[in-house]
Amino acid sequence: MNAPMHPPEPLSREESATFDRATLDYIYRAAATGLYEIRGLGAKRRLPHLDDLSFLGASLSRYPLEGYREKCATRTLLGTRFAAKPLDLAIPVTIAGMSFGALSANVKEALGRAATAMGTSTTTGDGGMTAEERESSKTLVYQCLPSRYGFRPDDVRRADAIEIVIGQGAKPGGGGMLLGQKINPRVAKMRTLPEGVDQRSASRHPDWTGPDDLAIKIKELREITDWQKPIFVKVGATRVFNDVKLAVHSGADVVVVDGMQGGTAATQVAFLEHVGIPTLAAIRQAVDALEDLDMRGKVQLIVSGGIRTGADAAKALALGADAVSLGQGVLMALGCNHPTYRMGGRDVSAVADYHALGTAPGACHHCHTGRCPVGVTTQDPVLEQRLTPDVGARRVRNYLKTMVMELTMIARACGKSDVHHLEREDLVALSVEAAAMARLPLAGTSWVPGA
Amino acid sequence: MNFDLARQSVRELNAYLHANVVPHDPITVTSPNGAHNIAVGVNAPVSIEVAGHVGYYAGGMNQLASIDIHGNAGPGVAEGMCSGEVRVRGFASVAAGAAAHGGLLVIDGDASLRCGISMKGIDIVVGGSVGDYSAFMAQAGSLVVCGDAGDALGDSLYEAVIYVRGSVASLGADAQEQPLTDADVAHVGALLHRAGLGHDPRTFRRIASARTLYHWNADAEQEY
Ligand code: SF4
Repeated sequence: MNAPMHPPEPLSREESATFDRATLDYIYRAAATGLYEIRGLGAKRRLPHLDDLSFLGASLSRYPLEGYREKCATRTLLGTRFAAKPLDLAIPVTIAGMSFGALSANVKEALGRAATAMGTSTTTGDGGMTAEERESSKTLVYQCLPSRYGFRPDDVRRADAIEIVIGQGAKPGGGGMLLGQKINPRVAKMRTLPEGVDQRSASRHPDWTGPDDLAIKIKELREITDWQKPIFVKVGATRVFNDVKLAVHSGADVVVVDGMQGGTAATQVAFLEHVGIPTLAAIRQAVDALEDLDMRGKVQLIVSGGIRTGADAAKALALGADAVSLGQGVLMALGCNHPTYRMGGRDVSAVADYHALGTAPGACHHCHTGRCPVGVTTQDPVLEQRLTPDVGARRVRNYLKTMVMELTMIARACGKSDVHHLEREDLVALSVEAAAMARLPLAGTSWVPGA
Repeated sequence: MNFDLARQSVRELNAYLHANVVPHDPITVTSPNGAHNIAVGVNAPVSIEVAGHVGYYAGGMNQLASIDIHGNAGPGVAEGMCSGEVRVRGFASVAAGAAAHGGLLVIDGDASLRCGISMKGIDIVVGGSVGDYSAFMAQAGSLVVCGDAGDALGDSLYEAVIYVRGSVASLGADAQEQPLTDADVAHVGALLHRAGLGHDPRTFRRIASARTLYHWNADAEQEY
């Protein structure tokens, strides 16, 4: 046998940056199914975030407080503008709206118990208020959503505050989705829907259309609640400067701004990854709007969307938020994406169940399936046993406690005896993008892009 | 008990209705002059007569009360109502009975766009016609229209049922005409009777969901 005269040409392995593996997979999937992909959680791609900021702890030019000895206040009042009974919370970290339906009743109860133990609030979601969460939550914020599923006057009166949801950071401009596998008889009844339908919530409120109408809607809710309860308005972060101004003009006591990293139980991937602006950029725009109206401190600002740690909370507060709100963070505290769940006092592997969903611990975003391997986002009677209210409440309480310790530690290191005294002065940016979005100097310079 | 809104505020009226109302003791509201949020969040078996036109959300989230509006109503009349009865002697603006869970809303005249949007169990009887997108995403309850219906009637309907006596400009996605059953005739007859209208229930057509949008799948080629 003769050896070939020339060795074979090496195979070309040159991949396209435009049509990379993920894009190829997307196109193949679309071509095979004719359906867009729906999933849970939030934007997964890297976005400028609070990680791109750092604190300037005290040194010679500033004086720190003693970390373990000196007091650092965390009390947070929300809704002081018009409501006779503002929320008086022990900490500036609250639990965001997540629906019963998306979450199990056990999880709703666990969140209420943990929030109550920490002196903070929890929030209902698209689908109404459950007795479990009302009972377990000392302070419960009741959402008024476009769908109005389960939105009833008795629950309006039972709530401690009302949150009118205009949009969500995961899908500003879009309505909620809950696929049929999660619409069990109880969820269906609360939402007045047939069991098992793929439920697509409306994206606009049924009885008002613009900010002038919203002002009257807010007054209606104030009238129904005899001006006792704070009215929050929640927007998904897009044109935040204008939206916050309009929400304030409409009479909101509290504005909630949910950035692009915010989570959801089920949304189209194109929505999650390509609509909205990052939380970092949203905070600055919201604070600008409040300052422009001379409303800082009068209308409170809650920020959500990818808040994970005490450092994140501290940065949001320093940028001008009054509180932060957690969604995905608490789900992860409950065990989302963890390889095991707790049952009968021992850890049981859930890896095979992740595999059955076509995923693995750490990469799961399959909340929309209702087959949550760790029992968090499910209505399945077997799976929901994987998270008991006792275990869940303890884990979420520990998580919140850790966050608040980190928050106060950073505040003390910056010389603040109250976490609400953290200020923009205490921050620098680590990237040009973050410096531009947050309008902070790039670390080690006095350069603020665009200033 | 009379509230004259030329001299008293809507706040005073609602505060009274929430806290001090004596069941079955009739209340009159004069000079409403299009004020918003009249008699919202009432939760008592009381009859309230409003002598004139009302603004947005009159009778909003009503429970048990019977509210009679001798005039026209602005947007969202009886929105979120759970029980009781709201009657509009004139015309109603957009989103009448929006997202309401129960009770009866009667509109003697016409209702504008999106009448019964997202309705969740309320019964609505309209003596005149309804505008476009009425019963949009309507989940439960019935909408009886004695006149004509505008475009996209019953778009994305769930289990609510619409009965129309006149013409329908167009049906919305997933809404279809279905045969009128004896149960429909009895139901419409009872509602017309309660509304004080003498039409023959057999002259109505039944519009309900074809249920093709209930499930998300490729073949339906839907856009959500
Ligand atoms: S582990 Fe459960 S909660 Fe977490 S992403 Fe997967 S399905 Fe959702």
